[in-house]
Amino acid sequence: MNHLDQLENKSVYILREAYANFKNLGMLWSIGKDSTVLLWLARKAFFGHVPFPLVHIDTKYKITEMIEYRDKLTREWGLNMIYGMNEQALSDKQTFPDKGADRISCCKLLKTHALKQTLSGQGLRYRFNHETLEYEVDTNTEAFTGIIVGVRADEEGSRSKERYFSARDQGNIWDIGDQPPEFWNQYKTDFAAGTHVRIHPLLDWTELNIWEYIKRENIPTVSLYYNQGDGRRYRSLGCYPCTSSVESCAKNVDEIIEELKTGKFSNIAERSGRAQDKDDGGGLETLRREGYM
Amino acid sequence: MNSKKVESIVQKSDDISVDETARETMNIVVVGHVDHGKSTIVGRLLADTNSLPEGKLAQVKSNCQRNSKPFEYAFLIDALKDEQTQGITIDSARVFFKTNKRDYIIIDAPGHIEFLKNMVTGSSRAEAALLVIDAKEGVQENSRRHGYMLSMLGIKQIVVLVNKMDCVSYRKDIFERIVEEYSRFLLKINISPVCFIPVSGREGDNIVAVSAVMSWYKATTVLGVLDFLKKEKTSANQVFRMPIQGVYKFTKCGDTRRIVAGTIESGTIKVGDNVIFYPSGKKNKVKTIEAFNKSMREESSAGYAVGLTLSEQSYIKRGEIIVKENEEAPQIASRIKVNLFWLGKKPMVKRKDYIFKLGTEKVLARLEKIERVIDASNLKSVEAKEEINRHDVAECILKLKRAISFDLVDKIVSLSRFVIVADYEISGGGIIREALPDGQSWVREKVFMRNCKWEKSNISQEERAEKYNQKSAVILVTGAKDVGKKRIAKKLEASLFSLDRFVYFLGIGNVLYGVDADIKGKADVKQEHIRRLAEVSNILIDSGMILIVPAIELTQDNLNLIKTSVNIDRIITIWVGGDITTDIEYDLRVDNVDDLDNVTGQVKRILKNKGIIFDSAKE
Ligand SMILES: Nc1nc2c(ncn2[C@@H]2O[C@H](COP(=O)(O)OP(=O)(O)O)[C@@H](O)[C@H]2O)c(=O)[nH]1
Ligand SMILES: [Mg+2]
Repeated sequence: MNHLDQLENKSVYILREAYANFKNLGMLWSIGKDSTVLLWLARKAFFGHVPFPLVHIDTKYKITEMIEYRDKLTREWGLNMIYGMNEQALSDKQTFPDKGADRISCCKLLKTHALKQTLSGQGLRYRFNHETLEYEVDTNTEAFTGIIVGVRADEEGSRSKERYFSARDQGNIWDIGDQPPEFWNQYKTDFAAGTHVRIHPLLDWTELNIWEYIKRENIPTVSLYYNQGDGRRYRSLGCYPCTSSVESCAKNVDEIIEELKTGKFSNIAERSGRAQDKDDGGGLETLRREGYM
Repeated sequence: MNSKKVESIVQKSDDISVDETARETMNIVVVGHVDHGKSTIVGRLLADTNSLPEGKLAQVKSNCQRNSKPFEYAFLIDALKDEQTQGITIDSARVFFKTNKRDYIIIDAPGHIEFLKNMVTGSSRAEAALLVIDAKEGVQENSRRHGYMLSMLGIKQIVVLVNKMDCVSYRKDIFERIVEEYSRFLLKINISPVCFIPVSGREGDNIVAVSAVMSWYKATTVLGVLDFLKKEKTSANQVFRMPIQGVYKFTKCGDTRRIVAGTIESGTIKVGDNVIFYPSGKKNKVKTIEAFNKSMREESSAGYAVGLTLSEQSYIKRGEIIVKENEEAPQIASRIKVNLFWLGKKPMVKRKDYIFKLGTEKVLARLEKIERVIDASNLKSVEAKEEINRHDVAECILKLKRAISFDLVDKIVSLSRFVIVADYEISGGGIIREALPDGQSWVREKVFMRNCKWEKSNISQEERAEKYNQKSAVILVTGAKDVGKKRIAKKLEASLFSLDRFVYFLGIGNVLYGVDADIKGKADVKQEHIRRLAEVSNILIDSGMILIVPAIELTQDNLNLIKTSVNIDRIITIWVGGDITTDIEYDLRVDNVDDLDNVTGQVKRILKNKGIIFDSAKE
């Protein structure tokens, strides 16, 4: 059993624990490489099926290709796909591109707030109808009690302190200072009404592991991760106004793995192309305490 | 002595060639008393191996300058704002770095007693530990407590770092005194450390570079010793154990497979193996080992998350353990002797229900008896305590609501480990040392044999449920003498019958004079009467029916016996009459026997809520 096998089997165990213990379970799918690996692991865990909905928070500023890819896999893999967004902020133009908010506030509104509303069912949810091939307003407005998220501990400081099963209170607040213990493959599966649990099956994976696994399993990914000839590629995907590409000639998975192994990026944070992380000293941490993934 | 030991490992390990294609990863936890320099050592390790992101060191240094406070290596990993202002590690932080041999995840655990739960969380993910002791302060309370917790958690490889050697003028005698004192402590808890290393986190002595000032120390550095730690092997050569995580059937997606999913805890399994489910005792045979996007395997082993299909249909559920027929059986018990550590804010007390989790099993439990409470910081035991306080370690007896299956700590250690949940939070953990007898042990053996020998029909429980539009169940109607139990039972039967339910009234006398003819009238046969009644009930409900049984003054003990004998959980208890004369936990209490319609209405609601009767449209 090699290291990738160990990671895979542990993640599958966590996914099955989540499925056994949470009646209203969903999985966040940001379309990025990590949550797509997570989706693949779910198909492994449940033998080709994904027995819970996938939830996408649409900011309307995602790169077009990401949405096309989302809907393509939804159709091909028969996924139960839901998306939600902060319609109020979008129509009020309270966004960074519209100059109605700074980067951090924009993130709070379009992602953190939209996520909160979508998870609780207070915001509209749009569900993909596999017969009409259209999204329609979902009639189910029950709150999610368990939500699977593809964060990794090596991404940045606060994520390295996450539990595999991490409690969020009514306001989605994460109390980092007072987290319950977690040991011996036993997780927090009991929770008070009104609260929910975030589940992190990828916590132990690194950026390199993700790419090695994408290669081994031949998982389809968005082409934005690869250099298309202009000497640049994306290393982390987000909204186009706040995400920039990195200099790289890697045209395919193998070349990305090579690139990561040579240590080209070993001294540059993976999310360095994500502008919101830098706006105040601990931008991402502040966001995450309040419910950002 | 310790220096020698390390030197010899150093040499052996030089022969190991580096395989770039299969890089292994090892988790190492850093523990010890608060302020003894854990975070500093980790920060040093990262800085001196060039494992920090570009500019991080400069950034943290300039931050310190701006806030006019001295730079600390600890700041490098105490990435969260909270921690920088308080200067202590609150939660375990994970950092990554690599050597030629493998990748490391270093878990920096907090030393403050208040955050012991975070130390436990961090440590439980580790394969080895660096335990830091301040040379100036010497062995402190949490140096010992953390050592003890490591042994409880099952971490065997411990490297002791005697830090801040710069504060004691790098004196050899001070180092040796600590080695001697702490070795003695470790011996008492059955840990033999890998080695002791004198270091200075602040000055960088013996962390990555060999110390120039401690020429008396000849063995390896911290970085050096890491590569000699051994990877834990998966336990493929032990007996086969697999706790069931779930039984999946994705019929809606056109998939007819019924897959028993779980992760193999130990041993190996092959297609065609005969297996037994514990604690139910049901037998089966492995038909296939399923996989997604891979060719099906003939065999699988410890560590793999698999899915099995079985040759015969049978009702099994999450929490049971799959065992191979020809291998050593696990334990079955509802009373257990355990060692546990308590982390809950409120003490663990008697007469309170806790959730007990082991493998994938989950059951209510109570603290029956505290045999001994140990102060982990000095190993002194405090007898005669009535509760287990936060950070205590205790030897005690737990009583589980029903019997479960597990292994003892000296067999398959992972299946002896449990956690306890109080008020939604994991609040304690421990290991099972002994299975104790309980009132049902004698019945359990018979039931286990019966299930092993049970001849299965070709019609499954699901098919019966679909046909009869109901699931089988037992409704026990109990209460004092002459309160109208039979009247209620018969009325209920008639009412369900008129709704086309498959239902049957079983009078106790119907069993007493026939099945019980050989023991009727003898002394001390009440339990055996109940057991036989339960056996008859078990046969009847296997046919898919709802059985209604009146019985006088059943106690909780009687009910437990019935629950042990009957193969299903769907047992509903109704107490009739105003006086509650036994300790039984009932689902419904009926005071007014005259309003029979109301009573049957209430029972039907319970049956619906429990999914026993349903509308044909629903499923
Ligand atoms: N003189 C000296 N001070 C040290 C050394 N290691 C750590 N310290 C100091 O001890 C204090 C506590 O260190 P820290 O790493 O935060 O301890 P932790 O609580 O065990 O993580 C800090 O002020 C460090 O600068 C050392 O080797 N020598
Ligand atoms: Mg610290």
